[in-house]
Amino acid sequence: MSADSKKPGWKDLPDGGKILKPGNSKEYKTGDWRTFRPVWDKSKCNHCMICWMICPDSCILTEDGKRKETDLNYCKGCGICAEICPMKCIEMKKESESE
Amino acid sequence: MKKTAMTGTEAVANAMRQIDPDVVPAYPITPQTEIMHGYAKFLSDGKVTGELIRVESEHSAMSASVGASCAGARVMTATAANGLALMWEIVYIAASMRLPIVMSVVNRALSGPINIHCDHSDSMGCRDSGWIQMYAENNQEAYENAILGMRLAEKARLPVMSCLDGFITSHAVEPVTLFEDQSVKDFIGEHIPDHPLLDTDNPTTHGPLDLFDYYFEHKRKQSQGMFDAKSLFKEVAAEYNQRFGRDIKELEEYSMDDAETVIVALSSTCGTAKVVVDSLREQGKKVGLLKLRLFRPFPMNEIKEALKSRKVIAVLDRVESFGAFGGPLFSEIRSALYESGSPKIVNYIYGLGGREIDTKMIERVYEEIESYKNKEIEEYIKYLGVRE
Repeated sequence: MSADSKKPGWKDLPDGGKILKPGNSKEYKTGDWRTFRPVWDKSKCNHCMICWMICPDSCILTEDGKRKETDLNYCKGCGICAEICPMKCIEMKKESESE
Repeated sequence: MKKTAMTGTEAVANAMRQIDPDVVPAYPITPQTEIMHGYAKFLSDGKVTGELIRVESEHSAMSASVGASCAGARVMTATAANGLALMWEIVYIAASMRLPIVMSVVNRALSGPINIHCDHSDSMGCRDSGWIQMYAENNQEAYENAILGMRLAEKARLPVMSCLDGFITSHAVEPVTLFEDQSVKDFIGEHIPDHPLLDTDNPTTHGPLDLFDYYFEHKRKQSQGMFDAKSLFKEVAAEYNQRFGRDIKELEEYSMDDAETVIVALSSTCGTAKVVVDSLREQGKKVGLLKLRLFRPFPMNEIKEALKSRKVIAVLDRVESFGAFGGPLFSEIRSALYESGSPKIVNYIYGLGGREIDTKMIERVYEEIESYKNKEIEEYIKYLGVRE
């Protein structure tokens, strides 16, 4: 990766690589690590929420006790949700083949 | 101030007593162990208030030092040889996290074959790890470098290795002048850590993942910390010299005024060389000795200034740098003199695994290099005191 001029230069960084502001991991969008994307078939889902419990990155979004879309900003595509889903309503598709 | 007879390890333990660090993680290894024996005794006797953490390895000793320092504690530890080698991974981390840990390294040969005696392969092996490095000639300096080192570490936000020669310095009994306890405490002052983890009102993250988008910038900043430590050393030494009536500099120039033939060395060998310089001076020979008290950051300009007008220089390295063109001290000093052009410079590797270096050997070095005034150097890297 080349030097990015939008990021701060070395003189503006805290000593020792410290991060001085808490709660900043949200700023790090780990979703771009993903090779496979979980594609959710809403029509087959019974909202058992097992995927919500098991997701290691808390990427299963919910509303009023119902499963919503996956948060692709942080989903690394591990596929655990697809593996655990009793309704088989999540399919892992190659990033290059989805959308 | 009164002089007391003590070993080098006792002298360092006394520096620790006076500094009274908050946390001391330690693991025993010869010839360092007696420093911690001394410190542990002070602790049992109620002379210090810190916490001695007895860890399961040197890797853990440095890890605990890093953790405690991040938390905000003033931290000291000590090690030697293979212990330092086992710490290696965390030694780099301590420096890159800019933690002002002071560690006495009692210089001992790295294995193998297994050896417990003095050479500089341990600390020289991590000369590029980002630690400030000071080398002590004798017990007094081992004591004083720890005190000066603590202040420097906290000012520069960099860890300091305070090195003393294994057995030669660590176990020899010499008269040592200890400063007043209060005077040392006043000099060291209060430790004000940089964004400590225990400041829970201002939570921070230490040691996060740092990839291709920031790592280089952080390294550049760390490098600047080391450059800045050069002037901070001068500042701290000035305060120190004023308080304790000393004249500490990066370098000690011994009998250098009109010296044409010069030896450059570190640590206890300088004491031996001084005796030789005195006796050769009595015979009217223009010889001198340059001792580096500070090796990292490398006092390049000071060395250049001290050596540029000399005729012949012998650099003594108590370490082999396999496959390199000479030992670390030699190659860096030679590089420092590149633009000065004139002095001839030759390297002697000596004293590995505690091999004795005496006045006769040093005399021979002065004689040999004297002859290079009028002839070509046939061999730049020489081995002093090895059986052919």
